[in-house]
Amino acid sequence: MRDYLIKRLLLLIPTMLGITIITFFIIQLAPGSPVERKLQIDEGIKSEAITQQIVEETKKLYGLDKPIYERYWIWLKQIVTLDFGRSYKDHRPVIDKIAERLPITITLNIISIFVIYLIAIPLGVYSAVKTGSFLERSSTFFLFILYSIPSFWMAMILIFLLGGGEYWNIFPVYGILSPGAETYPFFKKALDFLWHIVLPVFCLTYGSFAYLSRFQKGSLLEVLREDFVRTATAKGLPPSRVILRHALRNALIPIITILAGLLPAMIGGSVIIETIFSIPGIGQLGFESVLARDYPMIMAIATISAFLTLLGILISDIVYVLVDPRISFGGRR
Amino acid sequence: MSETRSAGYWGSVWEKFKRDRFALAALLIIIFLFGIAVFQNFLAGSRPLVMKYEGKYYFPVLFHYPEFFQVNFKELAKELPDGDFAVFPPVRYSPTENDLLSILVPPSSEHLFGTDDRGRDVLSRMIHGARISLSIGFIAVGISAVIGVILGGIAGYYGGKTDFIVSRLFEVMMTFPVFFLILTILAFRDPSIYNIMIVIGVTSWTGVARLIRGEFLRLRRFAYVDAAIALGGNDARVMSKHMLPNALTPVLVDCTFGIAGAILVESALSFLGFGVPPPDPSWGDILSQSQRYVDFAWWLVLFPGAAIFLTVTAFNLVGEGFRNAVDPKFTVDG
Repeated sequence: MRDYLIKRLLLLIPTMLGITIITFFIIQLAPGSPVERKLQIDEGIKSEAITQQIVEETKKLYGLDKPIYERYWIWLKQIVTLDFGRSYKDHRPVIDKIAERLPITITLNIISIFVIYLIAIPLGVYSAVKTGSFLERSSTFFLFILYSIPSFWMAMILIFLLGGGEYWNIFPVYGILSPGAETYPFFKKALDFLWHIVLPVFCLTYGSFAYLSRFQKGSLLEVLREDFVRTATAKGLPPSRVILRHALRNALIPIITILAGLLPAMIGGSVIIETIFSIPGIGQLGFESVLARDYPMIMAIATISAFLTLLGILISDIVYVLVDPRISFGGRR
Repeated sequence: MSETRSAGYWGSVWEKFKRDRFALAALLIIIFLFGIAVFQNFLAGSRPLVMKYEGKYYFPVLFHYPEFFQVNFKELAKELPDGDFAVFPPVRYSPTENDLLSILVPPSSEHLFGTDDRGRDVLSRMIHGARISLSIGFIAVGISAVIGVILGGIAGYYGGKTDFIVSRLFEVMMTFPVFFLILTILAFRDPSIYNIMIVIGVTSWTGVARLIRGEFLRLRRFAYVDAAIALGGNDARVMSKHMLPNALTPVLVDCTFGIAGAILVESALSFLGFGVPPPDPSWGDILSQSQRYVDFAWWLVLFPGAAIFLTVTAFNLVGEGFRNAVDPKFTVDG
C-alpha cells in the first residue's frame, strides 16, 4: 500500500511538470506581453519614447526581460514553496485571490457531483432492471437529449424563463448570495446560497446524467449475469434484495472511477457557467485572467486545477482498491 | 431479400445502421446541414440568383461583374424596368448586412428569425454559420485523428519504454483542464477560424490515441504482423498498411462523437467571445449576443441554440448508430 502510494505520488511529478511547461510556454511565447496591455489600460496614450522606457522598466520589474527557460526555472523554484507570485492586475498575491475563490468552485462541484450520483445511480439501476420497458426507453432517450443540450444554451434559456425577464422571476441569476446576506443568520444564509445555486448546479449536472446512468446500467447488467447473483436468486431471496444488496454493491465499484474522469470537464464547465451566472469562483477568475493576460494567475489556476484533477484520479484509484478486495495495489497498472 | 451478392463489411454495417431509425434520421439531418453549408449563398444573401438587366442575363450569386461593382442589388431591383427581373435567394439578406433601422426586431415575415443588435438577419447568419461549424468540426477532428493515430500507433507498436513515455503524454493531456487551455491559447493568438481548428484538434486527440494504442497492442501479437515484418516491411509500412486498417473502425466511431464535441467547443468559445472573429457569423456568437438582451430577445436564444443542439445531437446519434452497427456485442438479431 505504502509503496504503491509513493510510486503514484512520484508519477505525479513528471505529469505536473509536463502540464506546467506546456502552459508556461504557450502563454509566454505568445505575441503581445502583458506589460503593453497593462500600460494601454493604465496610462492611455503617451509619447512613444516614455512608453518604451516604461515598458522596459516594467518588464524588468516582472522579470520578463530574462529568457523564457530562465523564467520557467524561477517560476518553478517559487512554486515549490507555494509562492505563485502576485497578480499583474491588482498586485495582490495570487494565492490569496485563489484561496478566496477556490472554496466556492469546490463547493459547487461537490454539490454537482453529489446531485449527479443521486439521480444517475437510481436511474441506471432502474434501466438495468427494466431494460426494454417503455419508461426505460423513453427516459434513456430523454437523458440523451439532455446530454446534447449545450450547457450555455440551457443556462440562457433558464435565465430567460425563470430569471425575471418577461416570464417568471423564480431564481436569482447573479452571484451566490443576495445583497446584504452577510448579516443573515446561518440558516437563512445557507438557504439563500442554495437558492442561488439551483440554476448553476442544474446546468453543471444535467449533461452527466445520461453518461453516468448508462454506465451504471452496463455495470449492473454485467454483475447480474454472475454466478453469485444466480445463487442468491436460487436460494429464494426476493429480487429487490438480490439486486439492491448483492448485485448493486458490486456494480457501484466501477462508478467510483468515473468520478475522476468527470473532474477536468467540470472545471471546463465551471468557466462557462460561472461566467454566465457571475459566480465568483475559480472558473470566472480564470476567464478574467485570460482576458487580462495575467500570467501568474493563469499559471497558478492551470497548475492548481491540474493538481486537483490528478489528486481526484489518485483518490478514486485508492478508493477503488479499498472497496474491492479482488483488486490489489500491485496488480493495477 | 432477393439480393444474392455479398454485401461486404461496410455493406453489412450499413444494413445494421439502417435499422436504427433515429440514427438514420440524424444522418439525414447532417446531409441537410451539409446542403445548407454548400449552397449557403443560394439560400441567403443580398445578391440575386438570376437577374435580367437591360436585356442581358446575369448571375450575381456566382460571378462578380465589373458593371455592378459595389451595386446594391436590392435598390437596383426596385427600379428595374418592365421585362427585366431579379430573383433573390429565399433569405434576402447577407449575413453581414447591417440595417440600423431594424435592430433587435422579433421574428416577422420580413425577418423569419428576427434581427440582432446590429440589425443583421439572424436566419441569414445561421445559414452562413453552418459552414463554419461543420468545417471546424470536421477539420479539428481530422487533425486530432492524425495526431492520435500517430502517437497511439507508436505507443502500441513499440510498447515498453516508448509506450511508457507516450502514455505519460496522454496523461498530461487528459488531466489538463482542456477548455481552459484552449481559451488561454486563443486569448494569446488571434482567434482566426484556422487557429480554432488547430487548437481544438491539438487538444482532443487522447481518445483516438488510446483506442489505437489498445488495438495495436492487441494486433502486434498476431502472426500476420510478424509475417509482414519478416517479409521485410519497415515499421511505418507495417503500421499503416497492415495494422491500421484493422484498427480503424473504433477510431471512426470515436471521430463521429468527436465532431459533435468540436462543434460544441467552438460554439462555447464563440459564446465567450473567443470564437470566429467578427463579422463572420457563428451560432455561438449569435447566442453570445443574447446575453445582453436575455430579458426579451428570445429569438437570439432559441434559434442559434437549437441549431447547435440539433447538429450536436445528430452527430451523437449517428455515432451511436455507427457504434452499434460495427460492434458485434450490440447486435440484437444476428
